Amino acid sequence: MPNTTLLSNDFAAAPVSVRRRLTNMLATGAAAGAVLLVLLSLGAIFVYLVYKGIGAIDWNFLTQIPKPVGESGGGMANAIAGTAYILLIASAFGVPIGIGAGIYLAEYGRHRFGDIVRFTADVLNGVPSIVVGIVAWAVVVVGHGFSALAGSVALAIMMIPTITRATEEMLLLVPNTVREAAYGLGVSRWRTTLSITLRTASSGVITGIMLAFARVAGETAPLLFTAFGNTYWNWKLDQPTAALSLQIYVYANSPFDEWHRQAWAGALILIVLIVASISAVRLVAGRGMLKGAN
Amino acid sequence: MGVGIQVEKLDAWFGKTQALHDININIAANHATAVIGPSGCGKSTFVRCLNRMHETIPQARAEGRVRIGEVDIYNGTSATQIRRRIGMVFQKPNPFPTMTIYDNVASGLKLNGFRDRRRLDEIVERSLRYAALWEEVKDTLRKKSGASLSGGQQQRLCIARALAVEPQVLLMDEPCSALDPISTGKIEELIFQLKEKFTIVIVTHNMQQASRVAEFTGFFLMGKLIEFDKTEKIFTTPSNKRTEDYITGRFG
Repeated sequence: MPNTTLLSNDFAAAPVSVRRRLTNMLATGAAAGAVLLVLLSLGAIFVYLVYKGIGAIDWNFLTQIPKPVGESGGGMANAIAGTAYILLIASAFGVPIGIGAGIYLAEYGRHRFGDIVRFTADVLNGVPSIVVGIVAWAVVVVGHGFSALAGSVALAIMMIPTITRATEEMLLLVPNTVREAAYGLGVSRWRTTLSITLRTASSGVITGIMLAFARVAGETAPLLFTAFGNTYWNWKLDQPTAALSLQIYVYANSPFDEWHRQAWAGALILIVLIVASISAVRLVAGRGMLKGAN
Repeated sequence: MGVGIQVEKLDAWFGKTQALHDININIAANHATAVIGPSGCGKSTFVRCLNRMHETIPQARAEGRVRIGEVDIYNGTSATQIRRRIGMVFQKPNPFPTMTIYDNVASGLKLNGFRDRRRLDEIVERSLRYAALWEEVKDTLRKKSGASLSGGQQQRLCIARALAVEPQVLLMDEPCSALDPISTGKIEELIFQLKEKFTIVIVTHNMQQASRVAEFTGFFLMGKLIEFDKTEKIFTTPSNKRTEDYITGRFG
């Protein structure tokens, strides 16, 4: 008599062993548990921020600058604007340099010098943000004073390695046959890289940029002795500038209850701004995507 | 109109490995010429030397004389200039995935700075008609990505893209090897019509295909051109023993 569980034609009806079913349940359960844990911690942070911060958010908070110690009211308008301002300038430096370096590594960097650049980028990625702040302080601040520019430089330095490596990896995912198609049409190499390869990889590159952006958007340490903070409006590149993270840091360390509440509100606004800007970029970039494109 | 191709003393290398040895061949204008041979015999390398695609591979180089019409392609012109006159269709369909069907066809012209919108519309339609794809895609030209088409359609799209730059020669590197028989049939029909306007060089693994579409056939073995003659002669009375062994299926 042959082993009927293996050889019978109606194998679908054959019973699944208890051991296999148990393993399946365990593995599924573990995966679901991990997902739950991630969602829960994210959700907990957000719920707690809303709970603590929403009460302090009103029109004044969004439109006014801080009041002096002892006066109630005031807001973080200048810090919100300052964060946006610093991030914009940091991106203006960091995104092109990061993409450029990524293109170099992917398209031209198949040799020793490329490996050195890759290694450097990875090390730079691991440098603590406070150290980056000190470097920016030593290079930009000393002799010129605290400024929005110095803060932007510090954040740009932190963005570059993430963008570089993401760009490189995304470009390497573009099949060589796509490059060859362009070469075969008589398209020059630089044009192929920019108009074909980078464009094909664009959704991945944008994800990389957003990761770098989100990572530095809430950074406090590199801004402490670069942008420094400011209780008034400032739009000048060479003047100290307020930033949400700095304001949160100062207010959270203060002895005043109202400032604590405003710190929570600032944190909530910061998160909302990051999520909103990432969603906006995704939406705009997604509109260019085609049906059936991968 | 197509132009003839004269190849003299062509050698090609990958690093230190020589892939082609002293190739001499005269390819007739406005005919289809098939290149056959077992895997690794250098037939792909050979056609890639005809539009200087070979040198895009790191450490690959070629030496010798290749004349396309009046132009000596390894002397005094740039590779990009040459490739605009010679279309190429690859083994695996490779449409640009982020571009629409329209933009795929127009890409060769657009990326080289051609801006006349109305002329582009005409050229795109004409090229798609040449490639027998127009009827299937005319309603979704600007909506769908080139990558959303089926494999056979993608390959015809790639042919249309190559034709849009109005080349004199069309190189096809195993254009049907990733396609089903119906798509293959369509592309073979296409080759018949295309050779009225272009000179075609087609690499193929499939000997029946060579005998169906090509007037001339070259047999490559281990980087050498063993025999080159009328297709009929190659498949009925080859003059070289090794050609005979290959086409009768004794090896390869």
